[in-house]
Amino acid sequence: MADEALFLLLHGEMVAGLYRAAEQGEGENGRCTTKLESMGFRVGQGLIERFTKDTARFKDELDIMKFICKDFWTTVFKKQIDNLRTNHQGIYVLQDNKFRLLTQMSAGKQYLEHAPKYLAFTCGLIRGGLSNLGIKSIVTAEVSSMPACKFQVMIQKM
Amino acid sequence: MSRQGGRGTENKKMNSELFTLTYGALVTQLCKDYENDDDVNKQLDKMGYNIGVRLIEDFLARSNVGRCHDFRETADVIAKIGFKMYLGITPSITNWSPGGDEFSLILENNPLVDFVELPDNHSTLIYSNLLCGVLRGALEMVQMAVDVKFVQDTLKGDSVTEIRMKFIRRIEDNLPAGEE
Repeated sequence: MADEALFLLLHGEMVAGLYRAAEQGEGENGRCTTKLESMGFRVGQGLIERFTKDTARFKDELDIMKFICKDFWTTVFKKQIDNLRTNHQGIYVLQDNKFRLLTQMSAGKQYLEHAPKYLAFTCGLIRGGLSNLGIKSIVTAEVSSMPACKFQVMIQKM
Repeated sequence: MSRQGGRGTENKKMNSELFTLTYGALVTQLCKDYENDDDVNKQLDKMGYNIGVRLIEDFLARSNVGRCHDFRETADVIAKIGFKMYLGITPSITNWSPGGDEFSLILENNPLVDFVELPDNHSTLIYSNLLCGVLRGALEMVQMAVDVKFVQDTLKGDSVTEIRMKFIRRIEDNLPAGEE
């Protein structure tokens, strides 16, 4: 029954803590994003397992992406993805116009350069969730104006 | 939107699992980054402190409790309102010291340690140390300096999780230099 505020604060502190440690230590900034993404990956894997144990089998890839956009996003971020686009060839763009982890930060262009740090965990979350549903992917994110952001999912065919 | 009603409790449970899983991923990452458990404990405490100083604002805004008049009241508010609001559990308060400045919070089950097992090579790790930092940070923002530590932990084989809280002193507001 953990409160939403707790998760938001924990996530914020994770980002800050990792970057703080990186500054004092080796100064390898690039690795922080990787660490956050891999943390999100583990959490995504676990979460999707717990979440889908009673749901019906998914019909196809699009069905899975819709699940991520609706049920999964609602559970984690209390709202659905606002817009899902695809080229039907394995690329999906998920657009969230009011991304929960960015709403408290700014409304517009201020602090734009810091936004990617706060998206890494969620990219991993999506990648981990998909991975345990049998889909290998690469997930990236971009922000042009907070708090709206887009997650791009590239399905990797094996 | 009409589905939301039925899935209310399920959503809450998932939310708690999201937090538990994220915390687990964090501790795992810290264990990889720092070689010894003591550093991890310190880092968790520091992060908890930073969370606590912000959490108290959210808490005060939502709970509408007034200022506590003594440490006993503080203990009640922490256990019955604070823990309930954020973690959905109500620890019991026991073991008051004769001077009324120390008490224990007994948690029958700790949501942070769902699905967790401590491996043998991390026996000195205080897994839930974030909680100590959170309590310390939050109370410091309401002018109380406290010492918080775990004395029993279900992860280490004890039957309950026990957190000991000790009141150290009241923090006086320091006016910035030059303002009287």
